[in-house]
Amino acid sequence: MLSLDLNFYNWELFTNYIVKGLIFSIQLTVIATIGGIVAGTFLALMRLSGRPALVYPATIYINTMRSIPLVMVILWFFLLIPMLIGKPIGADLSATITFIAFEAAFFAEIVRAGIQSVPRGQTYAGEALGMNYGQNMRLIVLPQAFRNMVPVFMTQTIILFQDTSLVYAIGAYDLLKGFEIAGKNYGRPIETYILAAATYFVICFSLSKVVRKIHAKVAIVR
Amino acid sequence: MALDFGVFCKSTLDGEAVDHCFSSLFGLGQNADPSYLDWLMKAWGWTLAVAALGLAIALIVGAVMGTLRTLPDTGRGSRTLVRFATAWVELFRNIPVLVQVFLWYHVIPSFILPLKLLPSYWLVSIALGFYTSARIAEQVRAGIQSLPSGQRAAATALGMTTTQTYRYIILPMALRIVIPPLTSESMNAIKNSSVAFAVSVPELTLFAMQAQEETSRGVEIYLAVTGLYALSAFGANRVMALIEKRSRIPGFISPSNDASLAH
Repeated sequence: MLSLDLNFYNWELFTNYIVKGLIFSIQLTVIATIGGIVAGTFLALMRLSGRPALVYPATIYINTMRSIPLVMVILWFFLLIPMLIGKPIGADLSATITFIAFEAAFFAEIVRAGIQSVPRGQTYAGEALGMNYGQNMRLIVLPQAFRNMVPVFMTQTIILFQDTSLVYAIGAYDLLKGFEIAGKNYGRPIETYILAAATYFVICFSLSKVVRKIHAKVAIVR
Repeated sequence: MALDFGVFCKSTLDGEAVDHCFSSLFGLGQNADPSYLDWLMKAWGWTLAVAALGLAIALIVGAVMGTLRTLPDTGRGSRTLVRFATAWVELFRNIPVLVQVFLWYHVIPSFILPLKLLPSYWLVSIALGFYTSARIAEQVRAGIQSLPSGQRAAATALGMTTTQTYRYIILPMALRIVIPPLTSESMNAIKNSSVAFAVSVPELTLFAMQAQEETSRGVEIYLAVTGLYALSAFGANRVMALIEKRSRIPGFISPSNDASLAH
């Protein structure tokens, strides 16, 4: 049995190693959530458009992204982007592009379900008032759909925050990496892994509590 | 950019073409050196082994935990069990799977020494299994709670104990209901097994990273690996569909499909 010593975990270590990784993980989560929702909304609209030229590319993209392990998607982008633009790209930027592209496929399915949950009568009413497709979506359907989707979006964002740890595969400096490097430099790998798990748990657990609260509120309004 | 899949027929030792590229797969010829194709197939085997073992753990633990969360409040014992199962789900759901793999590989064996005797892929499977068990427990709980409460009341009226109620009334229905969500969890388990690369289990993702570096034929290597992942997930999907079909009771769960039997 080995004894744990957490005394080495002080403010200095936190600011030197952990903060940088934490900021990157949060930044990646926020950018990928916003980018993913925007791109995902367009993908969902393509999928629901009813025009084969738009439906098939969107469907193929979404299904491909959803059937590949995220680690492989991260490796693919890290390999392909430099090939396409002809110069090397940093792990951080590559990870950001990957997560936007990957999350877009997941948010697209959420948005699609959200749009389909808005009664058809709303669209018809908009059309009866003389609105075109863009006005109808922007003013009538999407505002209602997004309101219903807020809790699901947030759940997906928590999963996304956990998934950012997978940038380990290309060596980007995220929260997990920060703990790992600190553990190596202080010779305390076991303690830092425990601290990493505790940090992720506290963040994700508190966020999921918040989601549950919001869910209850939205449910009452409906 | 031209694709050259010839890389799979090259030796992993000296990069020369091997004699029995495909035939060695069927045991018809023996290569002097292993080819990249041989390595790929071995890596696929590791991926399937890690995923299958992890999924087996996840299904058993997840079903137990999901059931425990729905126990009726009959005293201190049942409340403790409900609380334990809830804590289990929250704990394993809120830590990233990669961190859990590190915990099982680097941390827990220093506290529980016998775990050091286990091969490393077992530890990854345990990590993957417990992580997935939290998700499966939630599906099982939702399945049980979706049953009409009259079922439980009827069992109580017949004088059944809690164990009998679950064994004969609730679980036979609930476990059939949750097969579709469990199908997607099984496919997720195969995808999530890719995190095993981080503790050097020689599975598909680690193969992809190492072979890409050695051959600089990254696109071909990644295509093959991605294809095998998709194929494995599709295989899991078919197996679950078969289980769903075999376990189906006519007239139950999908009444719309069996409408012809109704009259």
